[in-house]
Amino acid sequence: MRRVVVTGIGMVSPLGCGAEISWERILKGESGARKVEKFETDDLQTKIACQIPFGDGTDGTFNPNDWMEPKEQRKVDEFIVFAIAAADQALADANWKPESTEDQNRTGVLIGSGIGGFQGIADTAILLNEKGPRRVSPFFIPGRLINLASGYVSIRHGLKGPNHSVVTACSTGAHAIGDAARLVAYGDADVMVAGGTESPICRLGIAGFNACRALSTGYNDEPEKASRPYDKDRDGFVMGEGSGIVVLEEYEHAVARGAKIYAEVVGYGLSGDAYHITSPSPDGDGGYRCMEAALKRAGLTMADVDYVNAHGTSTPLGDEIELGAVARLAGDAAKNLTMSSTKSSVGHLLGAAGAVEAIFSVLAIRDGIAPPTLNLDNPSVETEIDLVPHKAKKMEINVALSNSFGFGGTNASLVFKKVEA
Amino acid sequence: MSNVAEQVKKIVVEHLGVEADKVTESASFIDDLGADSLDTVELVMAFEEAFGVEIPDDAAETIQTVGDAVSFIESKAN
Repeated sequence: MRRVVVTGIGMVSPLGCGAEISWERILKGESGARKVEKFETDDLQTKIACQIPFGDGTDGTFNPNDWMEPKEQRKVDEFIVFAIAAADQALADANWKPESTEDQNRTGVLIGSGIGGFQGIADTAILLNEKGPRRVSPFFIPGRLINLASGYVSIRHGLKGPNHSVVTACSTGAHAIGDAARLVAYGDADVMVAGGTESPICRLGIAGFNACRALSTGYNDEPEKASRPYDKDRDGFVMGEGSGIVVLEEYEHAVARGAKIYAEVVGYGLSGDAYHITSPSPDGDGGYRCMEAALKRAGLTMADVDYVNAHGTSTPLGDEIELGAVARLAGDAAKNLTMSSTKSSVGHLLGAAGAVEAIFSVLAIRDGIAPPTLNLDNPSVETEIDLVPHKAKKMEINVALSNSFGFGGTNASLVFKKVEA
Repeated sequence: MSNVAEQVKKIVVEHLGVEADKVTESASFIDDLGADSLDTVELVMAFEEAFGVEIPDDAAETIQTVGDAVSFIESKAN
């Protein structure tokens, strides 16, 4: 099969607009969590989230008008605006502007979302109830459908190759990148714009995840302390929003045009828990088999992995189950392994999580540094694995593995490897 | 310009994001103002909301220009 490399990255995260600024702030130990002010939270158990810093576009703030005309923004939910911004950044970073018919036909898009237009569906349901069906906008459907992120990006850049999407809850971003890499490896496309996007921070979103008992509720007065993977005082995840998009490219295609190469996608594994709709199986079997499959595809073992970007959401159950699975798979190599959760900084971006974390993994390889797990004051279990508490750690990283696990028992692991120049 | 015409013009500028001086009486929503078929559906909805009139689908199809919209709304109001 053909080799696939990452040649462009783009991001809108709670730490800023741009992959580099988000990464810099992660390495400094900043948190994107703060009190929700855009809607009433008095009656919600959770009053905090990791929110996009909207602003005029300076100092890393996100100005939607820089990426989409205001009249177009009215037609879509924010997950589409975030994806358009991240995809523009990734294509510019890759310096890939397909203009010939051949180049356009060989470039595709595969962007997923866990939920899609949550806010717009909620608002329109109320409108329907109050004013009747004739007031439902013709843009209601095309502005909420999950695959319309891929649709908008393809229209904007003339990308006429495979146009696809993924919906696998919190594994979406990783599945999107893995599936897109396969399309390139199999020769269906030479270049794929791939990733995830999510805009779940609305009353319905928080009420729904609160009902699942998934969100942190005990840190409303100290938002930056709420996301604390592996810490004994963790009490749920902190909802995030945003988008991560990568440009994936066939290796020879990238080399021929002199593209900058971040890393190679060497492994991708998938599995199902077949256990419960929201809880991971207690033995961590799903995550274990998923990582095993990705490593097998890469022709590597856990002993070859330097850094794991964990799913690590800061939920009481999930963190230890994943840690156990990683430790079992690593065996004696666990003592040499480094694993951290960047969700401690940016929160849980749901369908975008796997994509932003894939980007953090390739940046960890590029810069030789493992990002920190914030708020890890007292680990709830003992482990030989270095969980990188509080401060980033300089280290040689040749191979990084990124895990994503989602509701429904859907698991994805990606393995990235440094490409020697 | 009549009150209705001014209000129609304002709605068109707002929804289609076009310059006000382009919104002349003879301007076609699709050919001159860059609207697509979904934009025109939304415009008709905005007119219904703003003027409190009902514009049935067969009538909506005949509203192609700014002037068509003004005439239709004025005829309903009278």
